[in-house]
Amino acid sequence: MARITMRQAITDALREEMHRDENVFIMGEEVGVWGGTYAVTRGFYDEFGEKRVRDTPISEMVIGGAATGAAMNGLRPVAEFMTINFAMLALDAIVNHAAKVHYMFGGRLKAPVVFRAPGGGGRQLAATHSHTPDVIFAHFPGLTVVSPGTPYDAKGLLKSAIRSDDPVLFIEHATLYQLRGEVPEEEYTVPIGVSDVKREGSDVTIVSYAQGLQVSLEAAEKLAQEGIEAEVVDLRTLRPLDMGPAIESFKKTFKAVVVEEGHRSYGIGAEIVARLQEEAFDYIDAPILRVAQDEVPLPYSRELEQMALINPDKVIAAVKEIL
Amino acid sequence: MDKEMLLDWYRQMVLIRLFEQRSAELYQQGKIGGFLHLYIGQEAVAVGSIAARRDDDHIITAYRDHAHALAVGTDPRYVMAEMLGKSTGVSSGKGGSMHLVNTEKHFWGGYAVVGGHLPLAAGLALAEQYRGTDNAVICYMGDGATNIGYFHESLNLAGVWKLPVLWIVENNQYGMGTAVERASAGTMLQKAQAYGMEGQQVNGMNVMEMYEATAAALQKIRDGEGHQFIEAITYRFEGHSMGDPLRYRTKDELQKWQEDDPIGILERHLLENEMADRETMEQLDQQAQETVEEAVTFAEESPLPEPEDLYANIYVEA
Amino acid sequence: MAEYIVMPKLGFDMREAELVSWLKEEGEPVEKGEIIAEIESDKATLELEAQAGGILLKKLEEAGAVVPVGANIAIVGEEGEDISSMVGGGEAAAPPAPAEEAPGPAAATEAAARTPEAPAAPAAAPAPATEAPPAPAAGEAVSDEFPDGVRATPVARRIAGEHELDLRQVTGTGPGGRIRKADVEAFLERGPAPEPAAPVAEPAAAPAAPVAAGPDTTEVKTSRMRKAIARRMTESKTTVPHFYVTTAVDMDAALALRKQINELLPEEQKVTVNDLIVKAAALALRDFPNINASFAGDTLIRHNNINVGTAVAVEGGLMTVVQKNTDTSTLSTIAADNKRMIAGAREGKVGVDDIEGATFTVSNLGGYDVDHFIAIINPPEAAILAVGTAAKVPVVRDGEIVIGTQMKATISADHRVTDGAEAARFMQRFKEILEQPMLLLI
Repeated sequence: MARITMRQAITDALREEMHRDENVFIMGEEVGVWGGTYAVTRGFYDEFGEKRVRDTPISEMVIGGAATGAAMNGLRPVAEFMTINFAMLALDAIVNHAAKVHYMFGGRLKAPVVFRAPGGGGRQLAATHSHTPDVIFAHFPGLTVVSPGTPYDAKGLLKSAIRSDDPVLFIEHATLYQLRGEVPEEEYTVPIGVSDVKREGSDVTIVSYAQGLQVSLEAAEKLAQEGIEAEVVDLRTLRPLDMGPAIESFKKTFKAVVVEEGHRSYGIGAEIVARLQEEAFDYIDAPILRVAQDEVPLPYSRELEQMALINPDKVIAAVKEIL
Repeated sequence: MDKEMLLDWYRQMVLIRLFEQRSAELYQQGKIGGFLHLYIGQEAVAVGSIAARRDDDHIITAYRDHAHALAVGTDPRYVMAEMLGKSTGVSSGKGGSMHLVNTEKHFWGGYAVVGGHLPLAAGLALAEQYRGTDNAVICYMGDGATNIGYFHESLNLAGVWKLPVLWIVENNQYGMGTAVERASAGTMLQKAQAYGMEGQQVNGMNVMEMYEATAAALQKIRDGEGHQFIEAITYRFEGHSMGDPLRYRTKDELQKWQEDDPIGILERHLLENEMADRETMEQLDQQAQETVEEAVTFAEESPLPEPEDLYANIYVEA
Repeated sequence: MAEYIVMPKLGFDMREAELVSWLKEEGEPVEKGEIIAEIESDKATLELEAQAGGILLKKLEEAGAVVPVGANIAIVGEEGEDISSMVGGGEAAAPPAPAEEAPGPAAATEAAARTPEAPAAPAAAPAPATEAPPAPAAGEAVSDEFPDGVRATPVARRIAGEHELDLRQVTGTGPGGRIRKADVEAFLERGPAPEPAAPVAEPAAAPAAPVAAGPDTTEVKTSRMRKAIARRMTESKTTVPHFYVTTAVDMDAALALRKQINELLPEEQKVTVNDLIVKAAALALRDFPNINASFAGDTLIRHNNINVGTAVAVEGGLMTVVQKNTDTSTLSTIAADNKRMIAGAREGKVGVDDIEGATFTVSNLGGYDVDHFIAIINPPEAAILAVGTAAKVPVVRDGEIVIGTQMKATISADHRVTDGAEAARFMQRFKEILEQPMLLLI
């Protein structure tokens, strides 16, 4: 076991998979010579060469589409969007092409492509560079969408994503890159489509993922000091969504709070709450609340931005409101 | 281009013409749904260029794709079955007219989003380059698609990375209802030049010229000269799709182009060069007719997809 | 921002409560949800939780005050905050306008009767039979707009459903009086006491234990029901001037009639001796409206309906099941109702209607070989009838001593509403009816 950052976990996963399968290659803006704007692919260009680590022009649409085409023709591309904000330019390539070719051609071809994209706010990058638009991508059948909240899950899920024959959007978080966690040195994968209980408790269920997970765990520690034990469920995969652990937990606690970094309206939380009330209606003992980003474009000013983002105090307040 | 080849092209073009006409009838009967984009008038473009490819070269096109599916050699029965949404269709009834496919023949499909397949073409080519082959990709598009973002990003990338793509613009003078001059700031060849290609304008009504131009372009690609560009001047005799009221062009114009009917041009060539007689061609016409009818019968008798098929093939990993 | 603490609605028919004692002093910090006072509704002593946190800046009511639901009782805010605008003019709910309503459940008269010495109670002047309910504090928990008429969470409904529990008996501690899982579970654990599910604190007025626990004693925790009975009986005995009249009733004819009737009736309608007594009392009450009444200080409230309750021994205490419109009900109806309700009471499954609204009570210890006993009046009723065993004893008939079946019945009556002569005449009439039991059938 080693204690490494999430960035390192992702880098290791990429490197190991590239060694494992020569069809795996990387393409994206500044992934090669620069080494990746988040340093994820630092050193890869020298190690693997320009055939397998390809710098692209600033062309999100063709990054998305060409990676898909290459995947259709037998390769396993890992295409990086510098941030998920820019990935929205390639929305058509991702949800209309990558996610559809297997289905609309009756299963006769497949697109085993991985799209990597970091997102999230909190770094004073202002409105257009700070989105958490995960739900938009999670909306479409045919696309697999994962978003890890720990280094362990990041490495394991990225490997699963690369090995998957389906197109996968692997959502990273800029703030989480520095998060440290235990990661085994042996080979392992984390299954796609499986949620995970990160902390056990019986007073309230907190459902979250990615950055929200860390916020929730911090809130849970503080709540524990007041004798409130929260069970924290980490979704890990947004589509296909595994509600099993969340529902099992809810049937134990009868109360839930969903925590996400995206906006509240029409967000990931809306789906979780809908599923909880559909599948565990008779266990509801209080409204199921969502802690999410304020309905504002994110501003530059640090203080203002922080007000709009989720934090442990907001989670704690929500928990107390329903207890 | 010997007699055999020319007769085969004649057969193919007639097959396509009759297939398209029959499809129009079926659409009007309500048996084909959604959108139906007919290739009537453009037959020489697909037949001539596909004839020039190697079997391992890839073909990809937009939604006016019946001709390409047939020209790569797909059994018309399965194409027609797909049009009728049957489970025996080339895409199992899941794609329809706009999403035909034949991966065995390296035909990677028709695509409904204008320009959406251009980056896919670049990607297909990228894989060939990655593997070190000299296979090429022929990517067809309409004149309208040369204005969309996908066009610019894909051609730019193909230029920068020297991807083995032959871009063929089927310039039928109209992007849906908008004439080319109203939609494009520059000419097709200017656009080609913007992305590092000379580009060639070809008479798309002449199947032999299409063949030669394509063969030459593919050779250049294999010789390492990077991606290539052909502008095929052609015309669709029908509307953009079924139900097009055709308010944007005149009957006179149509008539003028019909005088340049690609099948007619080849027919005249065969006759004038005494490569075939009318009887032979009429036999080929008859065979094509029968083939189309067989295809319709097969399609009509084929079963619909099962309800479970709705959920089939969303993911590879079940 | 300073906020008011208001008198919460902690019972579905709670309209006011006495602020028994404050647990916090002005200037002390208060957390939202912390218990800051004890209040007593007409059914139970309850804990009042602060609806907001901060410093307790001002108490607006003193211990002992009777406060309507929704009225402000304190102000909580930040230290030093200016609350001058909030003090004095800040009554939340206007005193309800007097309103005439159909003579109602005992609850209304209970409220009026309970504070005979405090006519200034914010409740309406005792003149009207009932008051219009004050504006709800945080939302009604009982309303037709909710499924089954109550605000309750899905899991609370499910658990209640599994136990065939009528949610209207449960008091909710959630927002707006919402019944939550914990409320239902607490109710089920306690047993079918007719009080709200809120925890009952030791009443401030409870006497100090006369005996200290020690090595020679065993302590048994008193149930909520027992505590409530203790409180109500103490209150009755100490505030209501009781007097008693006993009469001996010859039961031969009644018992014979009963036998005849029961031969014609199905099992669930078979008439018990108590049913005869209950009906006889009801018929007698027709002629003595003062006894079917409640003391209300300046007025005597006569109830238009005669609803005779029967005391039932249940585990942990006593419950009264109430037969409605007893005087106009047939014996078979009375028998069926009582049978159902008594069985329900013993199993802990009674509806609110079954235990509310008695205007007179019959307490029957006839099954225990009891000669004669004296019962304590259930306020706000004016009287209670204690009935002993119908026993074979020597009696004088036509100058001769014969064996007769005789039952001693003793009425305990409230001397504020009736007096010896009237009570005695009532007992005469009661005896008359039972000794000419055909009167029960008319």
